[in-house]
Amino acid sequence: MTYTVAAALGVFGALLLDLAVLRTGLVKRRVFWATYPIVLVFQVLFNGVLTGRGVVRYRDDAVLGVRFVSAPVEDLAFGFALVLTTLVLWVWLERRGVRSESPPRRPSP
Amino acid sequence: MVLAGCLLSALWLEPVLRVGVLGRWRRLLLALGPVVAVFAAWDVAAIAAGHWSYDADQLVGVTLPGRLPLEELLFFVVVPFCAVLGFEAVRKVTGWPARDGDGGR
Repeated sequence: MTYTVAAALGVFGALLLDLAVLRTGLVKRRVFWATYPIVLVFQVLFNGVLTGRGVVRYRDDAVLGVRFVSAPVEDLAFGFALVLTTLVLWVWLERRGVRSESPPRRPSP
Repeated sequence: MVLAGCLLSALWLEPVLRVGVLGRWRRLLLALGPVVAVFAAWDVAAIAAGHWSYDADQLVGVTLPGRLPLEELLFFVVVPFCAVLGFEAVRKVTGWPARDGDGGR
């Protein structure tokens, strides 16, 4: 299996978790699509540095060879799966009622 | 070492954004645990399959089982943490609902 296939499966798995398994439906919400581009900008910047300096190297025959800010496009899919999975679990746990250890404080008027 | 710099530059977001994610540390741990486990496993498999490799000269040199560099594990903690911070910040500023019954001011 190439990184291309693995990354596509990762995105598919994250979408499946969001829409079918935990049914958080985050990809259907504005709040997710307002957050993701912010995370994406930082991902592209930091990943650009890491791949540009050669800290991480990819084998040519494991990727498509299409690069975006020096990183393989597969990394964008990997990042999307990572961020979506995290936020799905975060929101799912909130729905399940896992909250803070102490009650939230309200500022006095 | 570059990655270490990136990690440090991300951690001061919590006090600046004041979204109180650290106050919900139990939920944060429960959300991050499976993510770290799954994506670290992916990383180990990708290293084994030769999809990618790391330049040893630019790492701190601590290698975990599965030839996983310490930096990579930290990456899987810090990136999701920053994603949650960003998500809660957006949610707080916009008031957009993140789930059913979320008020949706």
